[in-house]
Amino acid sequence: MRLSKKFVSDYIDIKDINPKELAEKMVFAGNEYEEMRPFCEATNLVVGEVLECIDHPESDHLHICQVDLGNETVQIVCGAPNVRKGLKVIVSKVGATLPGGIVIKNAKLAGVESNGMICALSELGLESKYLKEEDKSGIHELPLDAPVGADALEYLEFDDTIIDFELTANRADLMNMIGMAYEIGALYHIPVHVPEIHIQERGASIEQTTKLDVKTGHCSIYLGKRVENVEIKESPQFIKARLMASGIRPINNVVDISNYVMLEYGQPLHFFDADRLGNHVVVRMANPNETIVTLDGQTRSLKEQDIVIANDQEPVALAGVMGGLSTEVEENTKNIFIEAAIFEPTHIRYTSKSILRSEASSRYEKGIDPNRTEQAILRACELLEKYAGGSICPGMLCHDVAKKQDKVITITLDKINQVLGMQLKNTDVEDIFTRLGFTYQLNDGIYEVTVPTRRIDVNIKEDLIEEIGRIYGYDHVTGKLPVVPMKRGSYSKKAKMVKEIRKRLEGLGLYQVITYSLVGEQECNSFVNKNRDFVSILAPLSEDKKIMRQSFIPSLLTVMEYNLARNHKDIQIFETGSIYYKEGDYVEEQVISGLLLGNYQGNTWQNNIQKVDFYLVKGIIENLLNYLGLNGRYQIVADETCKDMHPKMTASILVDHEKVGFFGKVHPSMSKRDVYVFEISIDQLLSKKVRQMKYKEISKYPSVHKDLAFVMPASMESEQVMSILKKVGGRLLSEIDVFDVYEGENVLENEKSIAYSLTFQNPTKTLSDEEVTKVFNQMITEVESKLKIKLRNK
Amino acid sequence: MKEKITEIKNQLQTKISQVKTLNELNDVRIEFLGKKGSITELSNYMREIPVEEKKEFGSLLNTIKNEANEILNAKKEELENIELQKKLNYETIDVTLPGTKLSVGGTHPLTKVIDEIEELFVSMGYDVVEGPEIEQDLYNFEKLNLPKGHPARDAQDSFYITDEMLLRSQTSPVQARTMDANLEKTPIRVICPGKVYRRDDDDATHSHQFTQIEGLVVDKDISLADLKGTLEILAKKLFGEEREIRFRPSFFPFTEPSIEVDVSCFKCGGVGCPICKETGWIEILGSGMVHPNVLRGCGYDPEIYTGFAFGIGPERVAMLKYGIGDIRSFYTNDLRFLSDFNRVEGGE
Repeated sequence: MRLSKKFVSDYIDIKDINPKELAEKMVFAGNEYEEMRPFCEATNLVVGEVLECIDHPESDHLHICQVDLGNETVQIVCGAPNVRKGLKVIVSKVGATLPGGIVIKNAKLAGVESNGMICALSELGLESKYLKEEDKSGIHELPLDAPVGADALEYLEFDDTIIDFELTANRADLMNMIGMAYEIGALYHIPVHVPEIHIQERGASIEQTTKLDVKTGHCSIYLGKRVENVEIKESPQFIKARLMASGIRPINNVVDISNYVMLEYGQPLHFFDADRLGNHVVVRMANPNETIVTLDGQTRSLKEQDIVIANDQEPVALAGVMGGLSTEVEENTKNIFIEAAIFEPTHIRYTSKSILRSEASSRYEKGIDPNRTEQAILRACELLEKYAGGSICPGMLCHDVAKKQDKVITITLDKINQVLGMQLKNTDVEDIFTRLGFTYQLNDGIYEVTVPTRRIDVNIKEDLIEEIGRIYGYDHVTGKLPVVPMKRGSYSKKAKMVKEIRKRLEGLGLYQVITYSLVGEQECNSFVNKNRDFVSILAPLSEDKKIMRQSFIPSLLTVMEYNLARNHKDIQIFETGSIYYKEGDYVEEQVISGLLLGNYQGNTWQNNIQKVDFYLVKGIIENLLNYLGLNGRYQIVADETCKDMHPKMTASILVDHEKVGFFGKVHPSMSKRDVYVFEISIDQLLSKKVRQMKYKEISKYPSVHKDLAFVMPASMESEQVMSILKKVGGRLLSEIDVFDVYEGENVLENEKSIAYSLTFQNPTKTLSDEEVTKVFNQMITEVESKLKIKLRNK
Repeated sequence: MKEKITEIKNQLQTKISQVKTLNELNDVRIEFLGKKGSITELSNYMREIPVEEKKEFGSLLNTIKNEANEILNAKKEELENIELQKKLNYETIDVTLPGTKLSVGGTHPLTKVIDEIEELFVSMGYDVVEGPEIEQDLYNFEKLNLPKGHPARDAQDSFYITDEMLLRSQTSPVQARTMDANLEKTPIRVICPGKVYRRDDDDATHSHQFTQIEGLVVDKDISLADLKGTLEILAKKLFGEEREIRFRPSFFPFTEPSIEVDVSCFKCGGVGCPICKETGWIEILGSGMVHPNVLRGCGYDPEIYTGFAFGIGPERVAMLKYGIGDIRSFYTNDLRFLSDFNRVEGGE
């Protein structure tokens, strides 16, 4: 909302207030502004008269003009096609500045001296949307009665300052000059004057010529006035200037007046060509399949939620949004039907959202003061009479079911101070009520405050408290901490678990990444093993962001590609977050995913690089699961069924025999690189109870180490041997590890040798050689007989 | 005899001075002190020495033996030292070659900010609670005093899944859920971090997905002063001890009064600079007193309970704090970007 200082000055005297200070003060009353600037950033412009205009001898388009500036006559070389003798023009004198930092100097144009410049409106910084056709191609022609020598900006009413406010959604009352005046008045304690309206009515009463039917409950007020014999012409300069300052393009006196009154009162008006409208005005909901051609020439299809104004034949306006072309005020319009109405905000919002948003609809959506509607229609009559020569018919068509009583709110000083955390006195709040134009009565410590209808945003105690706070100033609030009983702050179990996992993976060399939850169709199917319903967006912004993901791996692959493209070849990343699906209800399942590629650690120059491979990732997974207290409860088993994974280099992770995730190499069809990924459900891990940590005394008896190796088919899994060794070793086997895997010389093709190192220890006594030998031999016998494989070198 | 001893001594000195290695030194030792060594052989003269001189000769003999041992030992030590020095020299390495690249990981900058805020509030007795990202219109809007058709809904154009379900456009629904879930309607102190989504095209300052942290305190006698004091602590924690905050009136449908909070510029200290657009202040969060309709809608009597709520954007905090210019950087995850944050905070 643009505030024109000149415009608002009609209602409040602010000539002594610096606009910058005003803007800042408004910020601290809750009204932020985007910019503050002069309407026209030019100086030293005067009205001049072209006394003489001859063609430049050396040029095909320049003219040499003698221009009377009142106290002097100067020679100016001008290139505009429309410059001619007798014209009144805007002259920027030598030393004048124009927008864009242009300074006018004495100059020679094609050898002829020029002392100033005759200006076009665009050179004064006016946006081209405000310019008439003739002003786009040449210098501006002032009326012939323009006083020579006068300050041109003053004469054009361009000596104005604009503050462009970004109003909050609740302050509909500030979308007009009178409302702005009240706000400024409250801040500076200055009275507001709303001018009285004087009109003369003559001729036949409107009730005799026109009939009104309001057939919908979504219109609380509909007023109609008739003005006859208007003369359509250009608006007076002050109206044009104020409209432009407010961001609205002047069109003609009649159309401009409807906009002008809307800017003054905040009440949108619509002017119909009364002769084309006919004598029956109907306010109703649109019929399905009905259409209307709006002012902009577009054909709009209507729905039952749209409110329309219609005559007996067809809809003639989209209520509160835009007029129809068929009843538009045109150059030859004589008689006007003025509509001032209030429509239901939610319906206007519906229509404006589906069709278009206008100055009028943006006001309707936020709410209109029902006590301004009549003032506004009369004000429009007054201006039409004055500036369009119209003759106002007596009477008014009137449908009015609006609540127009002022609101009464009760509140106590204690409540105010309790919420604001301030120590205000009665006199403080009473002063603020007065400044806001709220009346009050104090009985038994309870204020009964009457709030005028123009403040549609103030309805309850808390609204009133906010009014007091913002006018008094929140800088008076002194911070303190809440006085509440002490208690322990906590994280949820899940949040704690996610944190632990995150820290562990970071320690293990992985960077945390965060990627988007919304993915495209292709990504949403990749790496997803369960057939669950997808969660998709009704109206996605783009094809690649339309479905909530069920796996993080596609996003991690995207991060990988992004980094590879930037020459980062060693990538170890992870992400925690939710995957989303529908299983009856919407489900958000917490998962942890990772991706590893390239070199894990080490130096090339030392030739000790640890490359990422299956067993490195397995090490990370095992490390994580051990850290989470799941040691001994998980198994890693080959899994050929994981979607988009290498069938022979992928394993499932089982905890207590239940699958919680998988890891392995990405299928070559998904990536040509040796990329390893994992994905584990944190929700499933959380369901596994982990016992409290307990220290087990370290055995003080010596341990015995023994090695052994078996030759077995290449396809046999080490775990088969390992589990037998563990079982036979029982309590005495304190550690077991693989220290060699060998295929090649001395081992048959399709066979391999795996060597195990075993540590025996008895927690309660020293082991004897016989005991160890006995167990050791038993292990060998057991493995050989159960698995039909042989001890190596036997 | 004395001459003989002196002569041997001189010979020893001469030989020793020519010795270069431990082996040579050993040869010298054998030559003088070995079984047939010239000093050992001196004892053979003992028989020929008159009795009265035997004692003196014996003592001379001892002295020269001791002296010879000392000289040989000293030489041995000297040679060993040289030998060691050689060995050490031989082991010289180029200390300027790169150290072993250990695998290191790190926390995403957004998580860093969220962790910092969470830890602060947990230390003040707040609980960290989370809510669903796929949310009901009821919690995302209606219970927050934003009925259908409310103009303020426009500011949060949302991704709908059905007419009634959407991706939450703010973390505020967790407020309503927390109050709803508290069946005894007892006081509440929580913060709610999480992802939120809005129908915005991604550019340097907009992201269709971002994070928020919501704070909520509901109790008897909670005031704007409590909000200010709490946010002062937050601002100092995030931006430095000297920071101050200021309140500006604003509008959010779920709070009344509503407050926009600025922090004094941490770059210029408040005198004005490009970061704070010459104002000395930077907008950091929105807040206010919980609207009575919200309290009532969640079963709290606004005549008894008041509360404050605030919402802060970790992206904005991180952008300001670390000088990040483009919000998309958080989601493209360039490893150079991520590794820049892989250290302790420092500063101040």
